[in-house]
Amino acid sequence: MVPGSGLSSDRRIGLPSKPRIIPPGTLYRGHEGMWSWVAHRITGVGIFFFLLVHVLDTALVRVSPEAYNEVIGTYKNPVVGLMEVGLVGAILFHAFNGIRLILVDFWAKGPRHQRKLMIAVGIIWVVLFVPFVIRHLSHVFGG
Amino acid sequence: MSDIAAPRSSTRSRSLKGGGRNRSGQTNFELYSWLFMRLSGLALVVLVLGHLFTNLMLGGGITALDFGFVAGKWANPLWQVWDLLMLWLAMLHGSNGMRTIINDYAEKDQTRFWLKALLITAAIVIVVLGTLVIFTFDPCLDPSSTLSVCK
Repeated sequence: MVPGSGLSSDRRIGLPSKPRIIPPGTLYRGHEGMWSWVAHRITGVGIFFFLLVHVLDTALVRVSPEAYNEVIGTYKNPVVGLMEVGLVGAILFHAFNGIRLILVDFWAKGPRHQRKLMIAVGIIWVVLFVPFVIRHLSHVFGG
Repeated sequence: MSDIAAPRSSTRSRSLKGGGRNRSGQTNFELYSWLFMRLSGLALVVLVLGHLFTNLMLGGGITALDFGFVAGKWANPLWQVWDLLMLWLAMLHGSNGMRTIINDYAEKDQTRFWLKALLITAAIVIVVLGTLVIFTFDPCLDPSSTLSVCK
């Protein structure tokens, strides 16, 4: 067993396969566990602010059909279309990294398989993101 | 750095005696918040990915989104409930995440207080507004609506 394995979540994530320089007193800092935690925070904050804007733009359906259609029209703009690709990429990462966190926390074997779980998040992300990008960009740029 | 939370041991988290306070005199709020993030997160994976799939992948995707699209969707109670649940869970999940981030990075008590006040205000406004929009939506606001309820 790994030292410090009484801790849950990402604390044990990121054991190097080859000897690397590990900052003193941690098995965590500088490895995948830390970076996935950083990415989870950044995507979470980004999604949160989009959500605030998205509720406000949807609220325009109470103002008038014209007001709603005009504002929702900006979402069809190519530049905004590319930002939507980023948004969906962030949502997909946040969703499946979140499931990985749940498995590491609640599934007895989760911590042992943490590296495989992280690879699974990457695979699922690519499998869902690539078809989305193709379809969405064909809508945005297809006229 | 002011206070670092002690690890949640099972004895601490299970005790609900003494007005919801445990032996060390703290409430279990952080435990429930931690659990809520995981439960709401699971529900949101289904709700949000379903929302993205129907709105961006099916049919014309983003090009098909307009007032009529929303009217058609909310004519179905399933999508009303779907969107209502998504709104509430996403706002609670997102606000709770932002609260954690404020606690982590804002070091002054005053800064924390004002950031959280702003966060709570924004969250309440968005949740109340979104809920009202779903429940008071009028598809016949559009004179060219082809929905049967408007004829």
